[in-house]
Amino acid sequence: MEPVRQIAGTAVPLRRSDVDTDQIIPSEWLKRVERTGFGAGLFAEWRSDPDFVLNQPRYAGASVLVTGPNFGTGSSREHAVWALQDYGFRAVVSPSFADIFRTNCTKAGVLPVQVDADVGEALLAAVEADPAVVVTIDVEGRTILAAAAGVSATFPLDDFTQWRLLEGLDDIGLSLRNEDKIVTYEAARPAWMPSAGS
Amino acid sequence: MERLSSQHMRPQTLADKVWKRHVVHSAAGEPDLLYIDLHLVHEVTSPQAFDGLRLAGRRVRRPDLTVATMDHNTPTIGLDLPLADPVSAKQIETLAANCDEFGVTLYPMGHANQGIVHVIGPEQGLTQPGMTIVCGDSHTSTHGAFGALAFGIGTSEVEHVLATQTLPQRRAANMAVTIDGELPAGVTAKDVILALIGRIGTGGGVGHVIEYRGSTIRSLSMEGRMTICNMSIEAGARAGMVAPDETTYAWLEGRPHAPKGAEWEAALEHWRSLATDAGATFDQEVVVDATTLRPHVSWGTNPSQVVPIDGAVPDPDALSDRGQAESARRALTYMGLRAGTPMREIPVDTVFIGSCTNSRIEDLRAAAAVVDGRHISSGMRAMVVPGSMRVKADAEAEGLDRIFTAAGFEWRAAGCSMCLGMNPDQLSPGERCASTSNRNFEGRQGRGGRTHLVSPAVAAATAVAGRFATPEDVTRQPEDIA
Repeated sequence: MEPVRQIAGTAVPLRRSDVDTDQIIPSEWLKRVERTGFGAGLFAEWRSDPDFVLNQPRYAGASVLVTGPNFGTGSSREHAVWALQDYGFRAVVSPSFADIFRTNCTKAGVLPVQVDADVGEALLAAVEADPAVVVTIDVEGRTILAAAAGVSATFPLDDFTQWRLLEGLDDIGLSLRNEDKIVTYEAARPAWMPSAGS
Repeated sequence: MERLSSQHMRPQTLADKVWKRHVVHSAAGEPDLLYIDLHLVHEVTSPQAFDGLRLAGRRVRRPDLTVATMDHNTPTIGLDLPLADPVSAKQIETLAANCDEFGVTLYPMGHANQGIVHVIGPEQGLTQPGMTIVCGDSHTSTHGAFGALAFGIGTSEVEHVLATQTLPQRRAANMAVTIDGELPAGVTAKDVILALIGRIGTGGGVGHVIEYRGSTIRSLSMEGRMTICNMSIEAGARAGMVAPDETTYAWLEGRPHAPKGAEWEAALEHWRSLATDAGATFDQEVVVDATTLRPHVSWGTNPSQVVPIDGAVPDPDALSDRGQAESARRALTYMGLRAGTPMREIPVDTVFIGSCTNSRIEDLRAAAAVVDGRHISSGMRAMVVPGSMRVKADAEAEGLDRIFTAAGFEWRAAGCSMCLGMNPDQLSPGERCASTSNRNFEGRQGRGGRTHLVSPAVAAATAVAGRFATPEDVTRQPEDIA
């Protein structure tokens, strides 16, 4: 994973709540065995509407998605994060995220920025009114700033995930530092536990 | 590994106990590193994970704790023919090649043990109380019905578990959902979970593991408990769990991977220690009175948008929450419904009985009992997709296939099928479906398709009536009505 330190850019307002992963990337796209190229499938159905916000030229080039609560609800498909990332989004701002989606984001290097409902609403309204509003998200300080929208807030990010994002660390490598403990645990597992071979 | 010591310990929940017994490494400021007892794998969320292993020169640490099957893309007819979709075919072939290369047990298409990953785990006895179970699929919560801590993960985490057999995790909060009382006739486990999601919402369980408790849960079969735990994710919960009891042990005993002899006794002793301690506290508690429940039908495009079948399509303007009203308006447009229409008056084009929620033998028996000696409505398309090839074989041994086909249903081979339409089983735009699956999201069963979530009994009655109906509606004799 590439380090994620600061994200600064314009934003797309997606004024919808409970956006599910089937909308973010429809299942038709999940047949692919690659990890790249999902951007074209992002919000595929909604994008068939020419008025859909992603189709509006004034929001071209944005790197932050601002949306309603419970974003990423539904399936575990990490393809939803890959689609956002491949399209060009580096952060999603929402009052709340579904658990698996949030985890998938931090594994793939997209920042889930959880803000209070009033902050989310202020940012949505500002970006709807003015596509040029610049949003700056700082991982080190856990802050989100959009001066033109009057938004200056902090967001939750645990120390471990913050460190991993700042350093761009491989999670598997980190866990394998505990190889000796894994071996010890395995030796103590009860014999009756199932295995595929028996 | 932490051993039981009942003295000097704060009362713990079932989820706490399973968690603590799987902590490999714990340090301040870090997530706990949990050992994973069983990793289930399917073709959709694994190819990029195996690629990651290859790139890093890593192996699968515990192929013996890893089991793969093909379910999402697999056709349910013409299994002997090449797959119609070359992209699906490549995904299926990729899983076979990866399992071969990394030494992972695979139940491929056509195998007697093949089926939906969440149906075959329990069926093979691989799913047992007190285990940690993960899969790159959100409905992994199903396995919690056995008292396992089971949850869905993304592909990066799939790669992590393949490489290390562990997963760094933050502990979820505990939510108790207590369901007491006898279910009224015609009301099933599916209605219990739909009613609960209708009440707490699709985000109501976020950050929590739900433990389902109470006399209603204790009286439910394992199939019913699996249906409830399966849809925990639809309430946003990390996992759903039911404490194991005699029903659990009776269901498990004798299954291919269940412990035998002295090991069975040792396992039982461990399993009996798992139930939540008296006095343990939960971060949130919800109480449901089962005696007041009715069969439920979803009307919208998320699983919290449900009403009792006796009700009508709600009026978005009557909803106080602005966001919910907006979402309801959008849903009604997509679903082609008008506020105030009684659910029983909505005509249905297609009935799908299947999915990891409701495709087990008991589900098929419930549906067959309704359609036995009857016929589906004129113009109706109805299909039954058993959850596994074993369920299919068991159903055929009981003659359920003949009941369904005589009633006009298509009898198919096992897989996820029309639950998410990754195989050719899909809805057409505008087609309205009564489905025993778990998600009514826009386009879930096919582009423009309109999904209504129901129980197997309601699905079967709806197939006969051509509109949403309860078994009672279609089995009532003319003299009863007069």
